[in-house]
Amino acid sequence: MASAPLIALRRVDAGYRHSTVLHDVDFAVDHRSFTGIVGPSGAGKTTLLRLLLGSLKPASGTIERSPGVAVSYVPQLETVNWNFPITVAECVQMSRTGRRLPWASRSERAEVAAVLERLGIGELAQRHIRELSGGQQQRMFLARALIRRPQLLLLDEPTSGVDISTRHDVLHLLADLHHDGMGIVLTTHDLNGMAAHLPDLVCVNGRIVAQGPPDAVITPDVLEQTFGARMEVLQHLGMLVVVDSSGPGRLAG
Amino acid sequence: MEALIDPLQYGFFQRGLIVATLSGALLGFIGVYIVLRGMSYIGHGLSHAIFGGFAAMQLFAASFYVLGAGLWGIASAIAITNVARRSRLGADAAIGVITTASFALGVALFARFGSSGPAFDNALFGSILGITNTQIFWLLLVTAFTAIVVFTRYRALLFTTFDPEVADVSGVKVGRTEALLMIMLSLAILVTLTVIGVTLVAAMLVIPAVVARMLTDSFGRMLVLSTIVGSISGLVGMYLSYYAGVPSGTMIVLVGTAVFLVVLAITGVRGMRRTVGLDSHAAPTTTTGKESIRP
Repeated sequence: MASAPLIALRRVDAGYRHSTVLHDVDFAVDHRSFTGIVGPSGAGKTTLLRLLLGSLKPASGTIERSPGVAVSYVPQLETVNWNFPITVAECVQMSRTGRRLPWASRSERAEVAAVLERLGIGELAQRHIRELSGGQQQRMFLARALIRRPQLLLLDEPTSGVDISTRHDVLHLLADLHHDGMGIVLTTHDLNGMAAHLPDLVCVNGRIVAQGPPDAVITPDVLEQTFGARMEVLQHLGMLVVVDSSGPGRLAG
Repeated sequence: MEALIDPLQYGFFQRGLIVATLSGALLGFIGVYIVLRGMSYIGHGLSHAIFGGFAAMQLFAASFYVLGAGLWGIASAIAITNVARRSRLGADAAIGVITTASFALGVALFARFGSSGPAFDNALFGSILGITNTQIFWLLLVTAFTAIVVFTRYRALLFTTFDPEVADVSGVKVGRTEALLMIMLSLAILVTLTVIGVTLVAAMLVIPAVVARMLTDSFGRMLVLSTIVGSISGLVGMYLSYYAGVPSGTMIVLVGTAVFLVVLAITGVRGMRRTVGLDSHAAPTTTTGKESIRP
């Protein structure tokens, strides 16, 4: 039985000032979504994320939200001031904005400890955020998002700027959260990583070019429409691998 | 000990000491948010803008010049914030124009019509002379207001300072929170202006916060340390001002600078490294210029 969408975009055009970045977008997410938005720079990936977040209003079309839907957001690591004087625990606590008092309650401290423990960084609670590795930083922001108990988690380039091992860790962590019933949507340039880990991809280039499981979406024709360049798609150990045909031997993404 | 007690026999010095200590604490406290947001330049500009309102309101509403200048300052602060949020390049230019024009207007009004309140030099560099109980009352009121706002809006202020874009989508009213901070800042500048001086207020917003940042990696401790450094600078600077016969603002700032140099010498490279990133302007989008989810 199909579940009701948490957020649904219907025939949405959106952009900034006088330029429209996305045209005629129909897109819906629910608690079963585990979707990667891929596309070149400037294609509208972040714009689509912003429409889902509600931080951007559509120029035309409608956005329907399930009443009371809780959405959390994980930003790009590159956008953060890592020298800000704050510990991991303080960073996670700050998103509980409902509490008026500056200090955390006993139950709140226990909750923060539990979520950090779940993400494998429980022992880092009192560390300054600068002292974390890329993977630990990503986990900290996941903890900050999760402590708000979202139904839908949106992530902007969560695999950008981290090593391959961390990328796998992050994607497996997201898969666990999805397994627990959380809808997840992320943007990425990492085409091969998404093809291997995500059940649903959306190719975006000013519009939604294609959406579906990787083997239906990762095709040379769709990739050419999305990225404007011819790419080869290979099968390797049961996984799809995208190869940039414009440069011999170069892997895409 | 006599050197500490002797000046206290004078009522003007007692009032000056209270105002200087409280002013240092208040500016040090708010300065943490200003410095961490990379808004030092806005603080500097705002103090100059308020000077214009200060001068104008003395002419047109002498009895209510504090209130009038406060409104002028808040209007300037909100204008600056809105401009700063829209465009980084435009913000520098706009802040320069808005604040220096307001400052120039203040100078012109002082020169043409004189002052019914504090003298021109006193407004620029601060003075312990002529501090009234009314000024102490206003300072106490603004300090209490600031403490209550920070206490009840602690997380929202911290969230918008650290990560405004995520705060925005996490239910924090970022625009309202920033406006509140600007109101606190302009009121703090207004009530400390007479003792610190318009040209030196910005230094007392920045120095204690930077000293505190060199000493700690915790936001909460930074707030406390900055407040302490600011109040000690005010207290010691006041005594030195009395004995040296120089404007109070200059001595308060010089004491703050001395504390900064001592802490720099003690903390060395670690302290300097902690201050990295405090020099950027209030970023309308992100700290690195990457694409932001904020409009």
